[in-house]
Amino acid sequence: MELVMTEQRKKMHPHKFILWIAISSITLMFAGLTSAYIIKRNQPNWLEFKLPVIFWYSTATIAISSVTIWLAVRAFRQGEMSKYRKMLVTTFVLGIVFVSLQVTGFIQLWKQGITLTRNVSISFLYPIVGLHAVHVIGGVIALLIMFLKAFSRRQKTYSAVPVEMMSTYWHFVDFIWIYLFIFLLMIR
Amino acid sequence: MSNEAILHQHETGTHDVGHAHEHHHHETFITKYVFSQDHKMIAKQFLITGIVWAIIGGLFSVLFRLQLGYPESTFPWLEDFLGHWAKGGKLDPQFYYALVTMHGTVLVFFVLTAGLSGTFSNFLIPLQVGARDMASPFLNMLSYWFFFAASVVMFASLFVQTGPASGGWTIYPPLSALGEASEGSKIGMDLWLISMSLFIINALLGGLNYITTILNLRTKGMSMTRMPLTMWAFFFTAVLGVLSFPVLLSGCILLLFDRNLGTSFYLSDIVINGKILPNEGGSPILFQHLFWFLGHPEVYIIVLPAMGITSEVMSINSRKPIFGYMAMVGSLFAIASLSFMVWAHHMFVTGLNPFLGSFFVLLTLLIAVPSAIKVFNWLTTLWRGNIRFTPGMLFAIGFVSMFISGGLTGIFIGNSALDIHLHDTYFIIAHFHIVMGVAGFFGMFAGLYHWFPKMYGRYMNNTLAYIHFWVTMIGAYLIFWPMHYEGLAGMPRRYYDFSNWESFKMFAGLNQFISFVSIIVFAAQLLFVFNFFYSIFKGRKVTTLNPWGACSLEWSTPIRPGHGNWPGEIPEVHRWAYDYGKDGRDFIPQTEPVGEHESKH
Repeated sequence: MELVMTEQRKKMHPHKFILWIAISSITLMFAGLTSAYIIKRNQPNWLEFKLPVIFWYSTATIAISSVTIWLAVRAFRQGEMSKYRKMLVTTFVLGIVFVSLQVTGFIQLWKQGITLTRNVSISFLYPIVGLHAVHVIGGVIALLIMFLKAFSRRQKTYSAVPVEMMSTYWHFVDFIWIYLFIFLLMIR
Repeated sequence: MSNEAILHQHETGTHDVGHAHEHHHHETFITKYVFSQDHKMIAKQFLITGIVWAIIGGLFSVLFRLQLGYPESTFPWLEDFLGHWAKGGKLDPQFYYALVTMHGTVLVFFVLTAGLSGTFSNFLIPLQVGARDMASPFLNMLSYWFFFAASVVMFASLFVQTGPASGGWTIYPPLSALGEASEGSKIGMDLWLISMSLFIINALLGGLNYITTILNLRTKGMSMTRMPLTMWAFFFTAVLGVLSFPVLLSGCILLLFDRNLGTSFYLSDIVINGKILPNEGGSPILFQHLFWFLGHPEVYIIVLPAMGITSEVMSINSRKPIFGYMAMVGSLFAIASLSFMVWAHHMFVTGLNPFLGSFFVLLTLLIAVPSAIKVFNWLTTLWRGNIRFTPGMLFAIGFVSMFISGGLTGIFIGNSALDIHLHDTYFIIAHFHIVMGVAGFFGMFAGLYHWFPKMYGRYMNNTLAYIHFWVTMIGAYLIFWPMHYEGLAGMPRRYYDFSNWESFKMFAGLNQFISFVSIIVFAAQLLFVFNFFYSIFKGRKVTTLNPWGACSLEWSTPIRPGHGNWPGEIPEVHRWAYDYGKDGRDFIPQTEPVGEHESKH
């Protein structure tokens, strides 16, 4: 068994592989939505509007959380469990902060009169960013589970696979947001 | 990470590889038959759910064929059965549309996607690549239960007061987006969208597992080019599903927004009953793009597994290696990639730029090349074979026949110029029913008759199977062949009653004939269902490990394999899966090492 494990180390763990295919699948969903957005932009009554400043803060938040989850993985690999737990909690909190900032941003937009049904150009914003937020919330829930596991006395796991998968997914949602943010800034 | 380690992680499989057959750990009824993580049980769950849906979907077609074939008659028993949907024994026009829509949705997604690829991908992938189970048995179980949830929601939609979705299985907006537009666009449409979203999650979870298992969990020696062609077909099917279903999901989400939150992604300048709607700026064509970007790969999600099964069954029962293995793999790849670049051929008459259309015509007609390669290879596999006409083999040959007939008409309608005349006529119906519907079913039947002994350790009844085959084969042509003539004469699809049109009155007799045959063919399918369930319990028992004399790995497992598939070590593979009639031997299993003096294939 020992031998098999080391021999297969070079190969990617199947669960990680599943995650990567899932990521490509989710990417295609966002690609579908953003390309629909590009096509629709050519119509005459396209409305231009400014993104609230708060989205810059949320972008910074999720970028920092990417760093903290990276630190968490590194700490886990080096066996520094207390640092791992700290970084995991930080990422978890930053994830929640990100979602709250997004919601606040949309409340601000709504108050400015940029509501869901006003114009198609704005309508697109809500499902696209909303779907991204759903994926972040999924990640936050996964983080919560990992966090509980990290503190449970009963569970002693030494496999880095779940932690690494978590971080891959987290970097992915981070990347998707940065893509969407740049897309929304450039395309308007 | 090895296969065993994964199973251990989930505490589902064998505790000790060496003693798998003893199965000490306790399996309750719930973990064995309901929330099972064994890929073989999940496959059976998909299969039986698919069969139930096939009966429902088929019954729908019988009901609307009654209306089409006998527009003047009334059937009082229909009123007892359907209530206000068939007042006075005549189908309500609104309900007719609901039947057509549900027939399409159920058969395309629930039967020919989940029932076909769900069943055989789950059942065969671990067995044929030599794995103890899927990469993630838990996700696999989840995949089935999402399908089950989708089924429950779709089934519930049949019983709501305003009826199920009725805008056609393609649910084009604005009809589907506005509740005021028709009865079926009210709650029934919302349930359709929710059900399909659950279904998409099922397809994605399943697809992720299939791809990962094929790429990562092959046994020692099983290189990609040693895999049976079924594996290649399921692999490309899963890739298509994983890449195209999310796009349908985004289309459905936008439609849900339009329906319930007042957005106008697909709506613009609409007047209903003299009332002008406020929606502005949307475009229904956008939905068609999103839908058909899935929709076209979807037809290959249906037909590729059938192709893989046909290749496998045909080679085994011709006692000959499959002709042109690499060409078969290459053409599967070509079909899979082309399928993403042809979606607009469903939209030639939507006002698409004709210049753009000509590109889609070219790419569409290009699919004829890999398809022809496949047909050629199947025929050359049969050529001078030592053919055993088992029921599975008959259906495999039937598949090739259907694929040729239906494929040829595809060349007609792939032409944007001809499509101006042929679009939305019975010609289209005839084309896709033969090439996708019937062919898909033939692949499924071929697989079922062939792998039934592996699934249940018993054989199905051959006499019933031969009756089933001949009635279905002849019946399918009698139903769909005449539709080509109706379509060429311009008879439109989706109409409720043709007796009002002077130009289509002459088809009254033909329509009656088609309806009559479709009822007979439906009855033959019930015969199959009886045979299937009867044989599970009372069929003749399988006594040998390898009843068909096949080379592939699944026949090296015990007659009724437990969870973990092989007691003891997973066998090592030394050759490809098609060493039939080689060096004077009938067949050489994949597990046998290559001999010193063996000739090369």
